[in-house]
Parts: sequence; C-alpha cells; structure tokens
Amino acid sequence: MALSFTELANPTRFLALVSAVLPWTAGAAVLVLAWGLWLVSGSPEDYQQGATVYIMYIHVPSAWLSMFTYAMMAVSALGSLVWRHPLADVAAKAAAPIGAAFTFLALVTGSLWGRPMWGTWWVWDARLTSVLILFIMYLGLIALWRTIEDPTRAARAAAVLILVGTVNLPIIKFSVDWWNTLHQPASVFRMDGPTIDGSMLTPLLVMAVGFTLAMLSLHLAAMRNEILRRRVRTLGLLAAGGAR
Amino acid sequence: MSAFAALFRRELRLAVRVGGGAMMGVLFFLIVVTVMPFAIGPDLNLLSRIGPAVLWIGALLATLLGLDRLYEADREDGALDLVVGAGHPLEMVVIVKCLAHWTATGLPLVVAAPFFALFLAMPPEAILSTSATLLVGTPALTFLGSIGAGLTVSLRRGGLLVPILILPFAIPVLIFGVSASTAVVFDPAGFRAPFLLLAAVSLLAAVVGPVATAASLRGGLD
Amino acid sequence: MMAALGPHAAFIVVSYAIAALVVALLVAWVVIDHRAQVRRLGDLEARGVRRRSAARAEAGSDRKVPS
Repeated sequence: MALSFTELANPTRFLALVSAVLPWTAGAAVLVLAWGLWLVSGSPEDYQQGATVYIMYIHVPSAWLSMFTYAMMAVSALGSLVWRHPLADVAAKAAAPIGAAFTFLALVTGSLWGRPMWGTWWVWDARLTSVLILFIMYLGLIALWRTIEDPTRAARAAAVLILVGTVNLPIIKFSVDWWNTLHQPASVFRMDGPTIDGSMLTPLLVMAVGFTLAMLSLHLAAMRNEILRRRVRTLGLLAAGGAR
Repeated sequence: MSAFAALFRRELRLAVRVGGGAMMGVLFFLIVVTVMPFAIGPDLNLLSRIGPAVLWIGALLATLLGLDRLYEADREDGALDLVVGAGHPLEMVVIVKCLAHWTATGLPLVVAAPFFALFLAMPPEAILSTSATLLVGTPALTFLGSIGAGLTVSLRRGGLLVPILILPFAIPVLIFGVSASTAVVFDPAGFRAPFLLLAAVSLLAAVVGPVATAASLRGGLD
Repeated sequence: MMAALGPHAAFIVVSYAIAALVVALLVAWVVIDHRAQVRRLGDLEARGVRRRSAARAEAGSDRKVPS
C-alpha cells in the first residue's frame, strides 16, 4: 500500500492507519524508554556535577522534542496554507498540547537542574527566555484554537501564527552560541561533532529516540481524536439543523 | 439558594468552555511577568525587589482585561431579563456571577503567582506574602471591575474601557497589596496593617460593587 | 540508591517523577478524549444521524465504498 500524502488525505483511511500503527509505535516507545532508563542507571556521574547530571537525560530530550514538535507544526502549517492538505491543520492542532507539555518539562527539569548547579531556579538568559517564549507561543496557539469555533477559520489563523513564530527556533538553537550566557553551549549538535563522552551520549540518544516514539504515538492518537471530534461537530450541526 | 448555586455552576461551566477565557487570564499574567524583564533588565536583584509589584500589576491587568464580557452575553440573549423577572434580586445575581468569575479567573492567578514568583527570584517570605495579598485582594478587583463591565455592557467596543474606568478605584487595592507583600522582607511588622486594610477594601468592594453594577445594568436593561 | 545520588538527590528524583507525571497525563488525555468522542459518535448514531458516506452505503447503492 503506497502511503502518499494524497492518499493519507482521506480521514477514514488515516483513522485505519492509526489503528494499525499506534500499538506498534506505542510499544516501541515503551521498550526504547525502558532500555534508555536502564542505560541511564548504568551511566557514570559527571566529574563536576555528580549525580545531578542524570537530570540531563530528561531535560535534553524534552528540549529537543519541544523544538521538533514546533517544527512539525510549522510544516503542517505550510501544508495547510500552501497545499491545503485536509489533515494538515488536524496535525498542527493535535501537536500543540504535546509540544507544550514537553516544553514545560524542559523548563521545569532545567529549573530543577539549575537550582543545585547555578544556585537559582531561573535566570533571564537567552536560551531559557526563548524557550519560555516558545512555551507561551504553544499556549497562545491552544487558546486560539479553543476560541475560534469553526475549525477551518481557526486552522488558517493558527497556521499563520505558527509560521510567524518559527523565527524563534533558530534563536533558541543558536542563542547559546551568539550570547555568552549561563546555559552551557551546544555539546551534541555541533559542526565539529559531539563533545560529550560516549558513555553519556548513548543513553542520551536512546532516551531521545524513546521520547520521540512516545511523542509520535501521542500525536497519532491525538490526531485520531481530533478527526473524531470534527465528525461529532459536523453530525451535531446536521442533527441541530434537522437535516434528517 | 439553590437557584444561585445553579447559576454559580452555570457560570463556571461557561467560563471554561470555548471562548470562555478562564485560563487566558493566567496566560496573560504569565506574559506580563515575562515581558517585564525585557524592559527592566535581567538583573535578578532588582527583579526580586520589585517582584511583588510586578505580580500585582500582572494580576490587576489580567483581571480587568478579562472582565468586559461578564454581562454582555446574558444581556444579549435575554438571560439577564429572565433571571430578574423570576424575582431574584439583581444584586445577588451580580454577586454570584462575580464569585464564579473570580473562582474561574482570579483564583488561578493566585495559584499561579508563587510559580511566577520563581521567575522573579523572589525570596520565600515574599512569595508567601504576595500570594496571601493576591488571595485577599483579587476579589476586590473582580467586584470593582464588574462595575465597569456593567457600565459598558451595551457597548460593542467596550474592551479597554473597563480598565480605564476602574483603574482609579483599583489603586488602593494595589497600594495595600504591594505594601503588605514588600514589608515582610524589610520590616515584618509592617505586614499587618496594609493586609487588614486590603481585606477591608475587599469587603467594601463586595458590597459597593454589586450595588453599583446592578444600578448600571438596570440602566441598560430598559 | 537514594544516598548514591548525592546531596541533590531530591532534585533528581523530582525531575524523573515530574517527567513520569507529564507523560501519564498526556496518555490520560488522549485516552479519555478518545472515549468521549467515540461515546458522542455512538449517541449521535443512536439518534439516527448518519454521515453522508455511511448513508449512501446503507441506501444499498452499487457504488464501491472505499475501504
């Protein structure tokens, strides 16, 4: 079965796809996360930070996901505005709460990591502030979707807002390089390759893959719910209009 | 009494629905707190000293800006006329609506304030005192703001008019609230007097607010 | 194992606990929302409201319904 985007545009076919695929992605997420946690428990402490470095294995994947989810929403927004793909705005709307949750997790674990390491719960440096702005953008988008009743109108407005907000992503990524601030510079995704040791890089990457599988599973399930919700709304409007 | 309980539940349910705006107050509060350091600078020492003021201004703006729709929908679809026609005093209806609005919008601000206080590096005693003053003072903001909502109920573009009209009356609330919150850091004995005055203002607002609101709504109901 | 985590053990444990909580809440949201939508669709169906494509299939037309 060739899975082109045009074929996936049929919501009924997409629902069937989700039912088929979701158990596998969810099961894979559980297994990979379990493996990741096992690797973390065997990983070494940091010579400077001691055991608190273990927070990194939650904090960094959450932060990556917060940006990755927004990037997915940006692509969906393009699909919505430029190609008018029917499921594009469903994808964007379903992703927002998940992205917001991981951004929240990144902020909170970062705060819990920063308190013992830097002595403060929060500091207004470039990286932290731009991630907080990302969190606020997620919440604003969710508020926008909740406020506009008609899904089509809401989709257009949200797509524009998502695309405008994409400028925040490079700011988050490069802020630690452009401004010499408290948050540590990049140690994995760098031009010269990672500076982090293999005994820490492997658990980190495994946790990242596990988090990503979890996010994808949640996203598929949320998209399914959104499609069902729109059906309920359409049928409800039909019933209220006395069309039968 | 059960009629008012039913009204309270209805108001709460409406507030959290689509377009109800219950959580938007907290989101706006967060945005105000986030925007302040861009203007004031990231110096945590300075931010922690003016922290109570920043939180109070955020709560004030979030409450006043969220109040303009309090009576509009009910007036437009006639629900207000129905309730008044059933013999319930308009003042009681106003009290119930204000309490529901505070529960859905003001109370979340109070709950969120300690977390936002962490963004401003406030010391624990200041976090506690600010939360206490917000708990006691935000009902005053709701009751006072309701007067503005009643005055502007028939206006299409009421939006900013509510804060403009009500801010002068909210100033004592702001003064006592910030004064009590800041006192705990430098002069703990200085907390009691402003805090009690704040409570007094809230109680006064709980009486004056509904009476004035009912009067302005009756003007609009004819 | 707690003592092995050093002087800041509480921060580490709370981080992992919050992560578990967030994931659990996301899963709960997705599951509860799914049940609610399925229930509402069932209610509407019981009231006789049909989607256009389902109605066409019921009318017994010989047009193939996409599977």
